[in-house]
Amino acid sequence: MDHDLLRLATAGSVDDGKSTLVGRLLHDTKSVLADQLAAVERASRDRGLDSADLALLTDGLRAEREQGITIDVAYRYFSTTRRSFVLADTPGHVEYTRNMVTGASTADLALILVDARHGIVEQTRRHLAVTGLLGVRHVALAVNKMDLVGWDELTFAGIRDEFQRLATGFGVQEVTAIPLSALTGDNVVDRSAHTPWYAGPTLLEHLETVPVGTDVTTEPVRLPVQVVIRPRTATHPDYRGYAGRLASGVLRVGDPVVVLPSGHRTSVVGIEVPVPGGLPADVEAAFAPQSVTVRLADDLDIARGDLIAGASRLPHVRTDLEATVAVLSPEPLRSGQRVVVRVGTAAVRGVVTDIVDELDLAGLEHRPAGTTLPLNAIGRIRVRLAASVPVDDYRAARHTGGFLLIDEADGATLAAGMVSLDSTTEGDSGWLAS
Amino acid sequence: MSTVIAPPEPITTRPDHAPEGERTAYRLDLLDRLESEAIHILREVAGQFERPALLFSGGKDSVVMLELAVRAFYPAPPPSTLLHVDTGHNFPEVLAFRDETVQRLGARLVVASVQDYLDDGRLRERPDGTRNPLQTVPLLDAIAAGRFDAVLGGGRRDEEKARAKERIFSIRDAFGAWDPRRQRPELWDLYNGRHAPGEHVRVFPLSNWTELDVWRYIERERIALPELYYAHEREVFERDGMLVAVGPWSQPRRGEAVEVRRVRYRTVGDMSCTAAVPSDAGDAAAVIREVAGSRLTERGATRADDRLSEAAMEDRKKEGYF
Ligand SMILES: Nc1nc2c(ncn2[C@@H]2O[C@H](COP(=O)(O)OP(=O)(O)OP(=O)(O)O)[C@@H](O)[C@H]2O)c(=O)[nH]1
Repeated sequence: MDHDLLRLATAGSVDDGKSTLVGRLLHDTKSVLADQLAAVERASRDRGLDSADLALLTDGLRAEREQGITIDVAYRYFSTTRRSFVLADTPGHVEYTRNMVTGASTADLALILVDARHGIVEQTRRHLAVTGLLGVRHVALAVNKMDLVGWDELTFAGIRDEFQRLATGFGVQEVTAIPLSALTGDNVVDRSAHTPWYAGPTLLEHLETVPVGTDVTTEPVRLPVQVVIRPRTATHPDYRGYAGRLASGVLRVGDPVVVLPSGHRTSVVGIEVPVPGGLPADVEAAFAPQSVTVRLADDLDIARGDLIAGASRLPHVRTDLEATVAVLSPEPLRSGQRVVVRVGTAAVRGVVTDIVDELDLAGLEHRPAGTTLPLNAIGRIRVRLAASVPVDDYRAARHTGGFLLIDEADGATLAAGMVSLDSTTEGDSGWLAS
Repeated sequence: MSTVIAPPEPITTRPDHAPEGERTAYRLDLLDRLESEAIHILREVAGQFERPALLFSGGKDSVVMLELAVRAFYPAPPPSTLLHVDTGHNFPEVLAFRDETVQRLGARLVVASVQDYLDDGRLRERPDGTRNPLQTVPLLDAIAAGRFDAVLGGGRRDEEKARAKERIFSIRDAFGAWDPRRQRPELWDLYNGRHAPGEHVRVFPLSNWTELDVWRYIERERIALPELYYAHEREVFERDGMLVAVGPWSQPRRGEAVEVRRVRYRTVGDMSCTAAVPSDAGDAAAVIREVAGSRLTERGATRADDRLSEAAMEDRKKEGYF
C-alpha cells in the first residue's frame, strides 16, 4: 500500500482564521459527515448565523464553546486517496507555547497562519521560533484572508519574503508559502481563480506531496529498551527478547551494538517485527519507527531504561545535561528543583542546578534569567543526574535528545527539554563516565 | 562472552549508509505506522505499571487492541488482565465471542456486572432504560478491587469531539474522574504514567486510528469478529431514524413497524441503545467500502446515548466513563 501518514501541527494568532481553515480542510476533503455538519448548522443557527460556521467543527469541549475559545491541543483526522493526516490543532493564545511545543514535537510539518492584512506579527515569530527549536522539518505558511486584500500579489510576496528571512534565522529549512482564503476555500483544496500570479500548490496538494519522515539510513541506530520479554514456557524456555521502538536508524542482524549506560558490547542475532497477517517473525533488518523485539548474542543484564546503540556511532553518556526547555506547568521551573528526567525509556532522578537564560521569543535573543522560568517560557538550564544516561544532541536525534522533566513529588510533567551537547561529535569521553 | 566497558570505538563520522535503492524500502505505510505506535504504547504500559487491565468487550476496537497486545509481547502472553463491564444488555453472540477469545488465549477475565448492582439496589435503572451510563460505578469498583493501576481502552480520538483532546495516557483521580485541565502534555513518544496511590491511568493505544483504519487492519490481519459486524437478517424497527433490533430490552412502541432487514452493526454496545445500519457487507473488504462511502459517523449512526446532548460524552467522561 502506498498510503502513508503525515502529522502536522497548526499555529496562528487569535482571529487569523485557524479554526476556519482547519474546518475548511476537513469539509473540503469530505471528512465531515452529515451528522457532524448538521450539528454545526444547528449550533450556527442557535448563534444567529445564517450559514454554517466551519470553525465550530473543531471546537471541542463545552467549556470552550461557552467561552468561544480553544484551550488545548486537539487531534483531527482526515484523509485523501494519497495520504492520511493527523492534525494537531493548537490554539493561538494564552498557552500558545505549551500547546505548540506539544503539537510540534510529533509533527512532520508546521502549518503557520498569517492574516494577510496584518502580515508578520510578534506571534508569528514565536511560532517560527518554536518550530525551529523543535526541529520540525517542513513549514507551510498560509497567508490567509487574501480576499480582504483584493488578492494582491505584492502583499503576499512581501509577507512571504519576510517570513522566509525569519525562518532561515530560526534554523527552519524548508518553507512553502500559499496565498489563500479559509473562508471562501480558495487555494485550500481547490485552486483559486483569483491568483493567476501564483503557480505553487494549493494547501492540500502541498500536504499530500511533501516528503514524510527522515532518511533513516543516515541516522545512528538507537533502540530504547521498553520491556524484556521472557516467556519461560515449555516451548520458549530460554527466550529473551528486548522489546522497543527504534528511535532512529536501520538495525540489521549481525550488527555490533553497545548496551548503554553499562557499555557492554554484543551483536544482534535476531530481529522480530509483526508481519502482515500474523504474529511477529524474524526479519533481516528493521528501521525507525518500527516496534521490534531484538535477540542478542550474549546473556546480558539489560532492563527497561537501557539503550541499545549501533556500535559505529555511539551516543554520549552523561550525568550533567545542558538543555533548552519549554516550561509546560503552571508552576514555574525553579533552580534547585528536584525532578525526574525521562529520556528514551530511562527515568533518572536529578536536580535543576542552573537556569542559564531565557529566550526572548519576540526579540530573538537570550537574556539572563532569574532563578525561575515561568509557564510558556523557553530557556536554557543545567541538570545534574543521579545516574548517567545515554543522550544525543537533539538536533541530531530527536528521540534520544528530547526529554521530559517530571515533578518528583506529584508526577506532573513540568517541562520539555532538548539536549544540547557542546560538541556534536559522537561517542565522546562521556562514554566512560559511570 | 561479552566484553565489559570496551574502549570506545574510534569516532567515525561515516553514516551507516544503506545500499543504494534501499532507501525507499525504509518507509512505513499507514497501518504499519499505527501498529508500531500502538505496540509501543502497550509496551510502555507493561514497563511503567504493576497491574494493567485491558478492557475487552468483544467489540471490534477491543478485539484489535487485544490482537496488538498479543503481537507486542509474543512469544510471551500479554501481561494484562482482561476486564469487561457487562451491562446485562449485551448481545449474546458478542459475549460468546468474548469467552471463546479468552479461552483461546488462556487469559484471565474479570467481569463487572451492572445487573448485580441493579439486583442489590446499588444502582437503579434509568427511566429511559439505557444502561451505558450505568457502567461507570461497576467499572470504578472493579478497578479498585483489582487494584489496577492502568486500564487500557480501545477509544479513538476520531470518535467524538470530546475525545479529540484525550491524551494517550489519561490520568484519573481516585474517583475515576477526568479533569481536562489536569491532563499532561504529551511530547514525542514519551508517555508519563506517574500517578499517586489510588489513582489510575487510562491508556488508549488506538488514539490515532480512525474507524476505517481499524477495518483495514482487521482485513489485513484477518482478525475474527463477532458475526453481527457483518450483514445478516434481523428483526428491526425504526426509531429516531435508526434501526433498532427487537430484543428483550428494545420493544417496538405503538406505530413502530417491525420488519426483517439485512443489517450489520458498526458498534456493539448495550442492546438497548445500539442500532444497526442497513448493509450488504459480508466481509471486511465490503465493510471498508461501505464505511468509506458513509455519510454518518459511527456514533451518529448508531448510538442513541451520544445524541442526548452536544456535550453528552464530555459529561460522562468527567464522571469516569470510558
Ligand atoms: N474574509 C475572511 N474572513 C476569514 C477568513 N478566515 C477566517 N475568517 C474570519 O475570521 C474570524 C476568525 O476566524 P477563526 O477561525 O475563528 O479564528 P482563529 O484564529 O481560529 O481563532 P481561535 O481558534 O479562537 O484562536 C472569523 O470571523 C472568520 O469567519 C478568510 O479567509 N477571509
